[in-house]
This record gives sequence, C-alpha cells and structure tokens, in this order.
Amino acid sequence: MSSWARLLAAGIAVGLMTGLSGAWSAERPRVGAAPAEPAAKMGLGREALPEEIAAWDTDVRPDGRGLPVGRGTVKQGDELFQERCASCHGEFGQGAGRWPVLAGGQGTLRADRPDKTIGSFWPDLSTVYDYIRRAMPYGNARSLTDDEAYALVAFLLNLNDIVKDENFELNDKNFASIKLPNAEAFFDDDRETSEKKFWNKDPCMRNCRELPKVTGKAISVDVTPDGKSGPKVD
Amino acid sequence: MRDKSRADLVNRRRFLSAASLAGAGIAMTRGASATDTTKPDPLITEVQDWQRYLGDGVDKRPYGSPSKFEKNVIRRDVSWLTASAESSVNFTPLHELDGIITPSGLCFERHHGGVAEIDPAKHRLMINGLVEKPLVFTMDDIKRMPRTNRIYFLECAANSGMEWRGAQLNGCQFTHGMVHNVMYTGVPLKVVLDEAGLRPNAKWLMLEGGDASGMNRSLPVEKGLSDVLLAFAMNGEALRPEQGYPLRAVIPGWEGNLWVKWLRRIEVGDQPWQTREETSKYTDLLADGRSRKHTFIMDAKSVVTSPSPQAPLKYKGRNVLSGFAWSGRGTIQRVDVSLDGGRNWQTARIDGPVLDKSLTRFYVDFDWNGEELMVQSRAIDSTGYVQPTKDELRKVRGVNSIYHNNGIQTWLVHRNGDSENVELG
Repeated sequence: MSSWARLLAAGIAVGLMTGLSGAWSAERPRVGAAPAEPAAKMGLGREALPEEIAAWDTDVRPDGRGLPVGRGTVKQGDELFQERCASCHGEFGQGAGRWPVLAGGQGTLRADRPDKTIGSFWPDLSTVYDYIRRAMPYGNARSLTDDEAYALVAFLLNLNDIVKDENFELNDKNFASIKLPNAEAFFDDDRETSEKKFWNKDPCMRNCRELPKVTGKAISVDVTPDGKSGPKVD
Repeated sequence: MRDKSRADLVNRRRFLSAASLAGAGIAMTRGASATDTTKPDPLITEVQDWQRYLGDGVDKRPYGSPSKFEKNVIRRDVSWLTASAESSVNFTPLHELDGIITPSGLCFERHHGGVAEIDPAKHRLMINGLVEKPLVFTMDDIKRMPRTNRIYFLECAANSGMEWRGAQLNGCQFTHGMVHNVMYTGVPLKVVLDEAGLRPNAKWLMLEGGDASGMNRSLPVEKGLSDVLLAFAMNGEALRPEQGYPLRAVIPGWEGNLWVKWLRRIEVGDQPWQTREETSKYTDLLADGRSRKHTFIMDAKSVVTSPSPQAPLKYKGRNVLSGFAWSGRGTIQRVDVSLDGGRNWQTARIDGPVLDKSLTRFYVDFDWNGEELMVQSRAIDSTGYVQPTKDELRKVRGVNSIYHNNGIQTWLVHRNGDSENVELG
C-alpha cells in the first residue's frame, strides 16, 4: 500500500470510529483540532513480557477472571485478620476510629445513617479480593500471598454472615459462585432521564419563591477548621 | 453577541437598582476606609524602606514563591473527615483565586496511599489486555508522541458531599474546594491505544496507579478514544508529585477519581472491573436504598467565592461579587446570581475564556448598601442544564448520596459584611 493509500485507510478508520462513538464525539472540544491522526504505528515502546504482565496484572473481575490459583479458610483468615488487619478494622470488622467498617450494617441502606459495608453494600466479592491484593494491609501493600488473600476474603464472608462454617474454604473454583446480598441494587447512570427536569429552557428570574428563611447554619454545627490557621509554612 | 451583552447590562442595571431599593433608608457610605482623608498619607509622603534600600538579588528564590503577605493562601484540610493524612483530602482556597487557572501548588490533593515520589526514569506505562500487542512505554517514549494542550477542570465527585444534610462547613474552600482548573500537556490516550491496537471486542479500559493504593478504575473505551489525555505537564511545567508526577490521566468533565495519578497501566477489557472505587465508593446511594453507578459526568455547578465566609465584604459602596461555574457536559452558557436567596435573579458578567469542561469566571459589579444579602449563583451549561437548588436535588436523590452534590450554595452576608454558609427553607 502506498503511503497515500495508508493515510486514506487510516482516515476511513477514524471516521468509522467517530461515527460509532457518536455520543462522545458530540462532546468533543470545538476549540483547536485534535492532533493529526498518525498514519502508521509510531514504533514507540516495546512489547510487554509475560512476566511483567503477570507482575502487574493482578486485577480480578466479578466473573472470576484474573483470580490466581489458591485457597484459604475462614479459620486461617481469622488468624491473619487479627494479626494484620484488626488494628484498623477492629476484631470483628467493626472499624477502629475512622477506619473503614467491613461488616454488619445489613438493612441500613434506607436508614438515616446507612452503614455501607462489604455485607450490606458492596455488589461484588471480586472487589474485596482485588483490593486486598493491591492495597492492603495499608502501608504494606502487596505483602500478602494469594492464599492469604483467599483466607481473608473467606473470613470477611464469615464476619458478614454470608458464610457460617469456619471450616469453609474459599478458592479460585468456588469464588465466582458467591454472590453478595446487595448486588442487585445497583443501576447505571440514568440522570439524563430521571433528572430531565433540570434541563430547563426557561429558569425563573423574578419572584421565584416565597421570602426565604434561614433554616440551618454551618456555624451551629461548628466543625469548620479555623480558616486563618493552617499547616506551618516557611 | 453584542446585543446579548447589552441586554445583560440593561438587566444588571435593573437588578442593581432593585437591590438598592430593597435597602432604601439605610445611608450609603462611600469608600468607608478607616484612614483620615484630611491628613496626608505617610505611605505617600514618607520614603519607605523598600523605596530606599535594595531588594533581594535575582537568585534569592531560584524557584519563585508567592509574597510573604500571601502566606494564608494555602490548601487546608478538614482533619476529622478521614482516618489518616495519607488517605485524605485538602481543599483549594477558591476564595483567594481569580481568573480561571488554579496555580499548581494550590490544586487540592486527594490521595489513597500518600504521595508517591517516582523517578521518571523508573516509571513505566504498560498497555495490556485486549490489544494486538501489549506494550511498555518509558516517559521518554511518551514524550516522543504527538501532544496537545487543554484546560480542564477536575472536580472530586465528593466535592460539597458534606453538605447533603444541611450547611456544615463554613467557607467555600471547604464546601467547594475539591475542584481545580489547569492547563494540561499530554498525549491523547487514543494515540497510545492505537499503538497497541485495540481488539474489536474492546469495550472498557482499566486505569491503574503506581502508588501504594494501586488505584484502579474502569473507563468506557469510547471516552478513552475521545478526549482523554495522558498528561505529564500542568500549567507549563511537570506535574506536581501530589498531582501524579510523572504521568496522570485527564478525563475531561468526569469525576476526579477517574483521573488516575502516577498512571502505570491501562488494561483493555470487554466489561467493567467493578473495582473498590467504582462500587463501594463513587456510587450514589438513593433514598430508596438503590445505588446509581457509573455516574461519571460532573453536572453543571457554580459557587460565589467572594463574598463568602472567608472573604467578607469590607466596604459599603462599590464591590465585586465573583465566582466560578463549570460543567462536565460542555461549556458554561450563562450564570445567574441572586442576592435575595433565589427570589430574583440577574445574569452575571462572564469574563475570560469560556472553554469546554473548564472553570469559567463570572462577576457582578455592585453597590452594597449594608443590607443583609442571601447570595446564590446558578450555572446553565451548553446542554441547557440548569444547576438545581439543594432541595430540588434532595427531592430526587435523598441525602445519602455523598457524591455529586451540585446544589445551589447560599451565603448569608450580614450587615457587618461577615458571611456564613446557610441553608434556606
């Protein structure tokens, strides 16, 4: 293919892509065109090696994709949790200080003060495994083995009464079959239909409401840091 | 265009006279500075030290910093909000800013595992998953790619999140300071994805940070191919460490949590990953117990930064009311301001660049007669979305959403010029 033909082909491909992603292209900035589309590969970067991908690609999806081979029991998880996690999350996952509460809270999502925990709120168990393995324990991330992460997830299921048997073993085979109670309560962003009334062609300009009354003040809550002070600066 | 601005001007005059009518009977004081104007000002008649003696030489501050008289212009945190400083947030001092660009050192910070300090020579960006060829790039590779410059706002989805149940924090720095507006230099993500070659079933991307939290978020591939940038510079210089040095994602108009800092990997997949940050956090719990997810776009919003609790009115007579407006759906078309708690509205004067998904500056030049004011602003964007009142928002979402509170803010300005955050009923 001549370089002109390649350019033309690239142009067609870009045109198709733009057409397919109509919803997004409508939002594209009008000021200043995007840089010219490259006609061919830039030849930058190098191929990622399998060992490198394995080292970083630890993410896990709800369908179990990405789970490493491994296993751990509730009992093993309990021991690990008390040793590695309880100082922040509490012995029973109830949270210490302002650190996250991990268990309990079922049935509180419509309450005045919802308690959003793994058992009461999180939709997918894979999130727990993914997060523990990438970021926990806080300040010593990626120090747990795959089996230890399985054991901790098993214990968290137990703390949330989703698994009762302390001999229960969680592994890469049974993982995806476990569903969390609040999984069905999530739905995709629908603001553009459910909040359509906020698109209002003619917002009121005159005598729009009754005489307003002050019904609440931030100063009565008194939780604002002193605006004049701040961290020491030199 | 000219007709429109004339109409605005006429409207504004009408509005200003209405405001002064409301305060008829209160004597207006002019200037009202404390100085005795009958005696000569010694700052003028006497030679001051800085007028006689030499100042510092050129290299005193090789990297310049603000005047010592600006030492209060700093980011501040609200210590009770979070468990530790490494998983916390601080706030942009919006009341001290003007124009539309946020100085790099004042851009609010939000970290999940502290500020990673990464030597750019040791940073790698990996693209893997549903691509023809998984690739690894160095920062040098990225800087050899075609780049572009864009100004965008970044707003944390939790900005104003403390205000759902009522007025809580007394200052726009704290109620609205999880926003900043910066010129980014970076490579369109599309360039990098094209280099790796997307497979036909590529639908979602996962962006992952190289910090101790390994922050990961799923992003629809359509957005990734439209206006997302991989930025290495902000406001003309390298990113600040707290903003993701050496490389961060820029996701225009979408919630700040998606703008992964210290970006080390992009995985291509066919469905979202349901990571911690897009399930247990950054989902909007409604009153009926259900939760809205993937609420990426930041709705149109505005706030008056002066007067505000940290920026009281000091003088009767001439004053400048000012603020910011922004929308994740496009440009700001109009900003209305009310001085009487939303009964009557007047279109503000927009000044400076009006850019796509950028902060936009507005002003109302007005005479204050010392009367109590209930100051509000209302943004209208290029899609016709009108910023709702807090009560309108609560009616459709309840008060447990935490995220995406773009309701109209009220500052009560007292007769002495002090302002405070109030809730109106």
